[in-house]
Amino acid sequence: MLLGIRRLEGDCIVDITKHELVPKHEILKDAEKKAVLEKYGVTESQLPKIRSSDPVIEMIGAVPGQVIKITRKSQTAGEADYFRLVVK
Amino acid sequence: MVSRIKGISFSILTPEDVKSLAAVRIVTSDLYDVDGYPVEGGVMDPRLGVVDPGLHCRTCGAGIGDCPGHFGYLELAKPVVNILYTKAIYKMLKISCTKCGKILSKPEDKKASKELGRNPPSKCPHCGAEQGKIKFLKPNTFYEEKEELSPQEIRERFEAIPEDELKRVGFKGGRPESMILTLFPVSPVTTRPSITLESGEKSEDDLTHKLVDIVRINQSLRENIDIGAPDFIIKDLWELLQYHVTTYFDNELTGIPQARHRSGRPLKGMIQRMKGKEGRIRGNLLGKRVNFSARTVISPDPRISINEVGVPDVIAKELTIEVPVTKLSINHIKELIRSGKANYAKRPDGRRIKVTDDNKEELIENITSDWIIDRQLTDSDIVLFNRQPSLHRPSIMAHRVRVMPGKTFRISPQVCPPYNADFDGDEMNLHALQTEESRVEASELIDVKNNIISPRFGGPLIGLDLDQISGMYLLTHGDVKVSRKETANLFGRAGIDIDLPDGRKEFTGKEIFSLLLPRGLNMDFKANCCKQCDKCIGDACKFDSYVKIKDGHLLQGAIDSSAVGALKGKIISKLHGIVETEEIKNFIDNAGRLAVAFIARRGFSIGISDLDLPEETLVKVKKRVDLAEKHSNDLIEKYNAGEIRILPGMTKSESLESQILNVLAEGLNSVSEIVKENIKDSDILTMTNSGSKGSLINATQMAACVGQEAILGQRIKRGFFNRTLPHFRKGDLSAAGHGFVKNGFKQELSPTELFWNIMNGREGLMDKSLRTRKSGYMQRRLVNALQDLRVTTSLSVKNSNGEIVQFKAGEDGVDPAKVQWSDKE
Repeated sequence: MLLGIRRLEGDCIVDITKHELVPKHEILKDAEKKAVLEKYGVTESQLPKIRSSDPVIEMIGAVPGQVIKITRKSQTAGEADYFRLVVK
Repeated sequence: MVSRIKGISFSILTPEDVKSLAAVRIVTSDLYDVDGYPVEGGVMDPRLGVVDPGLHCRTCGAGIGDCPGHFGYLELAKPVVNILYTKAIYKMLKISCTKCGKILSKPEDKKASKELGRNPPSKCPHCGAEQGKIKFLKPNTFYEEKEELSPQEIRERFEAIPEDELKRVGFKGGRPESMILTLFPVSPVTTRPSITLESGEKSEDDLTHKLVDIVRINQSLRENIDIGAPDFIIKDLWELLQYHVTTYFDNELTGIPQARHRSGRPLKGMIQRMKGKEGRIRGNLLGKRVNFSARTVISPDPRISINEVGVPDVIAKELTIEVPVTKLSINHIKELIRSGKANYAKRPDGRRIKVTDDNKEELIENITSDWIIDRQLTDSDIVLFNRQPSLHRPSIMAHRVRVMPGKTFRISPQVCPPYNADFDGDEMNLHALQTEESRVEASELIDVKNNIISPRFGGPLIGLDLDQISGMYLLTHGDVKVSRKETANLFGRAGIDIDLPDGRKEFTGKEIFSLLLPRGLNMDFKANCCKQCDKCIGDACKFDSYVKIKDGHLLQGAIDSSAVGALKGKIISKLHGIVETEEIKNFIDNAGRLAVAFIARRGFSIGISDLDLPEETLVKVKKRVDLAEKHSNDLIEKYNAGEIRILPGMTKSESLESQILNVLAEGLNSVSEIVKENIKDSDILTMTNSGSKGSLINATQMAACVGQEAILGQRIKRGFFNRTLPHFRKGDLSAAGHGFVKNGFKQELSPTELFWNIMNGREGLMDKSLRTRKSGYMQRRLVNALQDLRVTTSLSVKNSNGEIVQFKAGEDGVDPAKVQWSDKE
């Protein structure tokens, strides 16, 4: 409950996903998730993790077990994709 | 007997453990009898293990190296505390009942023992007994309400604590009374071998000395108890025993005087053996001494290749490489043995025979194809070469051996940058590779020629330097003409085997250089000597500073540091992808030698007169410096009048300082310009222009004006009260009084100016050592954190658990060493 700015009595007063410092978060479909795991040759638990209590995760309504694709700005590559597993 | 380890559990040795581990009961403090044999029942008892070669252990029968050593035990006349457990003893005393021994809380009370230890109740909840306040006086005394608790009393209390109560507070690993020693384990002799000096005298290990002390005091304590000596004598001896047992474990405790050797050197306790950089963990387990390695001073040899190393013959004779004898190699190996180039021969039964002049004929007779010989290092063997600190990958590279007379390793000065080496006494390490596989791996992966490009920034790490660049610049700048004969001489002296084009009487320097370039090289770039004109006219550059290479022919422009220099050379980096690394290596070797051959023929010298400036220029310089000083005086006047312009975020005096620094720096810049315009052409200019050494600022400082000397980026202000030196008035703010040096080195510095200069020099020195230490530690932490990350085939970065750290290495998946490099940015 970030200083009460993000939510006030359950309602969002600021859409943090619109903030310029918050990169784009998307929920992967099951098939996409499988493809990602296969591409990197990893199990779910070897992916970086993100708490389900993370403000953005709460915002986009992802649940534990889902994988989030984050499109970040990158100094070297312009844009870089990251994948994180939602936990707990 | 082979068994698999299921797990390890740590616990405190109980007296029963000590007894069952022990092979000997120690009863006397004597080490050796009159004949020099170890006394039975002494701390060097032969049943404690073998340290002398040829003998067998009285306990296990194994020889030296196989016998692990065996413990002994000593029955202490009175118990003493184990100093390593004082904290746990203190806590245990606090949380257990004085009377019934139970833990001072109800079983249903879930309060953590931590909280209990901090604030124990004054009444036992089980038996209701009043609890005295326990105090711990470091290092080893315990009090209950001003009353000292002897180790014996503590032990009795601990014995009374029921087992299930211990479980309740999480005391694992045995009984608390084991923290008070009653049986003292005497470590095996193998852990404290004695050294026989050349004089035949025996010198004992520190621990042995300590054990002798312990046994001796223990004996005298027992005797005194037996004869019923007065309490104070017994107490003194008991304390002494405690002292010796304590320092045996740890001899660096605060509050306990260090136990010392006769010479005054502190003895090494058990803890000191483990701790620190040279301790068992960091010194012996994480780092080890290696065989087949050599270390000596390095010195330069500009005539050997960058991937060679000159190895002193004495070292080459000592280092060996195993070679199996085969049907094909047997004759060669016999020849090696005959000429004394093999040190050992190993028979198939594993026996090693040293090759000597006496037995070599016999060996040659007997040798068959299942033998292995240890051959000495010879030319073209591949070895690893390293300079510490090994901060990056190219700190260890593979070189080819060249055996030479002398006592130093010889390397090409061109491989200094990756090792960060110089020749002011640096030493380097060499490792002879022992297996075929390692040699192939080394030559493919870490040969110098395959590491010319830095994996960090993609530019060349290796190139020409200093006189090599000066020579190259002199050869290629302008229209240097060299006769055919002289050209041939040049290549001859450089040791380059090349065919000169037919029918030419004369060559230009550019043509000579072009002979080293491969066909198919096309480049355009600005040389280092570029004058930075406002508008570059490229091809038409009248300073010959625009380099143009077409199909391996240098058409125009001078070759200097930005073409072939280490860390800068554009040509070197461009050659990657055009030719094989072997040829790039040859190019660097040849260019360096050619440049040196040329500069040696031409001659190259600098002198103080190269910095002479015409009279009128000196006047101009003086005027400009005086003007700068006047500007600063104006600022000071304004400041005193309170009219100084205040800069954002600064106080008045800070604004003044900043503005003074600015006007003085501005002055020095203009002086630089004047010097640049008026200095005469000399080899100093050759060096600054070509980028081989020195800069315009160095020239200005020598010829005209040194400028402001700064400490911590500020004008010099420390010194006496309100002034820097007694030569100035108190409160003086002038430039001269705060580190401004208006003379050049070539004129003369005034005494105060010299002082400023030396202050600055000292700061530089301190800064350097402080910075390297700090950054070294930062680097170490970084390396430790990152060492097991790796780039996988999917280009993702994973740690040793296979967890993904980065989905694409560097986010773009690009290897800097494999992309076209440019020094832009």
